[in-house]
Amino acid sequence: MPLIEITDVRKRFGENEVLKGIDLDVKPGEVIAIIGKSGSGKSTLLRCINGLETIDGGSISVAGSQLLPDEVHLKALRLKVGMIFQQFNLFPHLTAGGNVILSQTVVKKTPKPEAAAMARKMLERVGLAEKFDAYPDELSGGQQQRVAIARALAMQPIALLCDEVTSALDPELVAEVLAVVRELAAEGMTLLMVTHEMKFARDVCSRVVFMHQGRVHEIGPPEDVFAKPKTPELKQFLGVQ
Amino acid sequence: MNYAFSFSWLTEYYPVLLKGILITIELIAVGGLFGVALGTACAWARALGPAWLKPLVSAYVELIRNTPFLIQLFFIFFGLPSLGLRLSELEAANLAMVVNLGAYSCEIVRAGIQATPRGQFEAGASLAMSPIQTFRYVVLVPALQRIWPALSSQVVIVMLGSAVVSQIAAEDLTFAANFIQSRSFRAFEAYFVTTAIYLALAILLRRALAGIGAMIFARRPAR
Amino acid sequence: MMEFSTWDILRNLLLAARWTVVLSLVSFLGGGIVGALLLFLRIGGNRVLTAFTRYYVELFQGTPLLMQLFLAFFGLGLFGINVPAWLAAGIALVLWTAAFLAEIWRGCVEAVARGQWEASASLGMGYVQQMRYVILPQALKVAIPPTVGFSVQVVKGTALTSIIGFVELSKAGTVVTNATFQPFTVYGLVALIYFALCWPLSKSSQALERKLNAAHRNH
Ligand SMILES: Nc1ncnc2c1ncn2[C@@H]1O[C@H](COP(=O)(O)OP(=O)(O)O)[C@@H](O)[C@H]1O
Ligand SMILES: [Mg+2]
Repeated sequence: MPLIEITDVRKRFGENEVLKGIDLDVKPGEVIAIIGKSGSGKSTLLRCINGLETIDGGSISVAGSQLLPDEVHLKALRLKVGMIFQQFNLFPHLTAGGNVILSQTVVKKTPKPEAAAMARKMLERVGLAEKFDAYPDELSGGQQQRVAIARALAMQPIALLCDEVTSALDPELVAEVLAVVRELAAEGMTLLMVTHEMKFARDVCSRVVFMHQGRVHEIGPPEDVFAKPKTPELKQFLGVQ
Repeated sequence: MNYAFSFSWLTEYYPVLLKGILITIELIAVGGLFGVALGTACAWARALGPAWLKPLVSAYVELIRNTPFLIQLFFIFFGLPSLGLRLSELEAANLAMVVNLGAYSCEIVRAGIQATPRGQFEAGASLAMSPIQTFRYVVLVPALQRIWPALSSQVVIVMLGSAVVSQIAAEDLTFAANFIQSRSFRAFEAYFVTTAIYLALAILLRRALAGIGAMIFARRPAR
Repeated sequence: MMEFSTWDILRNLLLAARWTVVLSLVSFLGGGIVGALLLFLRIGGNRVLTAFTRYYVELFQGTPLLMQLFLAFFGLGLFGINVPAWLAAGIALVLWTAAFLAEIWRGCVEAVARGQWEASASLGMGYVQQMRYVILPQALKVAIPPTVGFSVQVVKGTALTSIIGFVELSKAGTVVTNATFQPFTVYGLVALIYFALCWPLSKSSQALERKLNAAHRNH
């Protein structure tokens, strides 16, 4: 049974139909890369799965429970699916530790000491154990993004959505974040990630989705998608003749 | 002009002044605390609250911001008893301060909320926080920090505005001055001294608010 | 005892509101002139004058308007003249308004980008020319919304002159209340008249500000 079931999902902003019927099933432990031109609807798809956008048609379900736009269902869904943003979106008034503790205590009502212990564990997992008391503006972009990952992991999600998590980083900081993601993939975390890191996608992903004009234009294992693109659009995107 | 200034009345009347100072401090403490709390609640309602609440809050804010504090005070103290709400002078003064500062701080806090990057709301949501939880734990503190200087200025303005509560015989600092001048016939000196005290209070209040801000927004490790 | 209809009350209040309008206009215009003077003293570069205007502003912004009214009223009285309330009210309000406007406008002058000073200096302009042709025209545009916004404070400020005995809208409210024993209606109406005076000013200040921001974005 698929972990994430996306069926005929449609989304429009006014006149602009951004998702034109997306179908995608993600099995537990799968690592899926979503590639495509800017504006093809990649972010919108991830945001729909996390309930940050309401969908206009079709259905999304995660681990058997349906995504519905009321607070109870949204909360249930978001407890299962974490999201990492391009701009990190750390809470500036809290330390790294505070960032990771907050939602545990507020949403899950985990007692503070347990939440703090979990925060230490997760920060250690992303290699930032010593940054527990540092504020976001005292951290590099790569470190901030790793804190954001730790923050999502502390909620113990069964899947993570990653939207261009390295695009806002200076080139020399990309590797440290990708290393963490690679680790997660190896540990069996289900990942759905929008990325421009083609080499990373080829190495780590089980399947690659090429989106074009609001549709899944091509999908398959990385060796097929990258080596034997079928459509002219994907060929052009990959820069092969 | 052959007028001899005299401040000898001070030796007799300084306890009156002291009492007035205390009441003025009490007024701004209560007004500041509850006024900012009310304003924050209204700012939430106006920026993020349910649709039916927004016009009500807007009406309140506009009404207060576009009428003199003196009239608000008279309306509360003299007008409300005909609706069966009879308040003492001090209660009416306190209520008027809260209602007045509530409206101004609503606008100030709202500006702080609106300056919050969208990603902060989305990060809260993606961590399964409810909109209220996101507001309370994610948005509020940085928003208040952003507007703390503006809010402090407004609190000082309201403190200085509180001088008019003497007009309903609430026994604040200005009331003390009025009392002294009617007894000692040293009107100019009484108001001169009182004005100097207000100036000192304004400077101290500004310092205190800066200190409170530094305390609230201090960086501290999570435990 | 005479019977007062709501209409009688309203008519009396509206008649008195004329004085609120007149006093507001006088204070605003007078305050504008004195404020402009203070502004030039402040930014003129003379250290003593700059300090003077700083203390002036600090003093008027750091003390209650009511105290300023009392001091004007009783202070002028020390000269032996019997001061009419309107004179004390006018003087205090003009000086008070001037302090706030000078401070608002100083912010606007300082908001003009540094590059504008440098660019105009590089063209060989002197201080006065820079001010006259480059800085002030730009500052003026930014200054209009907050200046209109402050006029609301002036209108509301005139209410305090009732306390030293000037008969305007608020004083009329008290007089009419004492005659009719209908404080709820009377002060309600007084508030509504103030609202009718102030709200259009508030709204136009906001509209001007929006227009200004929109214009800035299109640059
Ligand atoms: N909140 C929004 N309002 C209106 N249009 C939007 C909004 N978000 C995205 N879009 C539009 O949807 C399209 C797809 O955007 P997005 O999903 O961000 O693409 P990608 O992530 O693939 O670059 C774009 O044309 C974008 O302009
Ligand atoms: Mg995107």
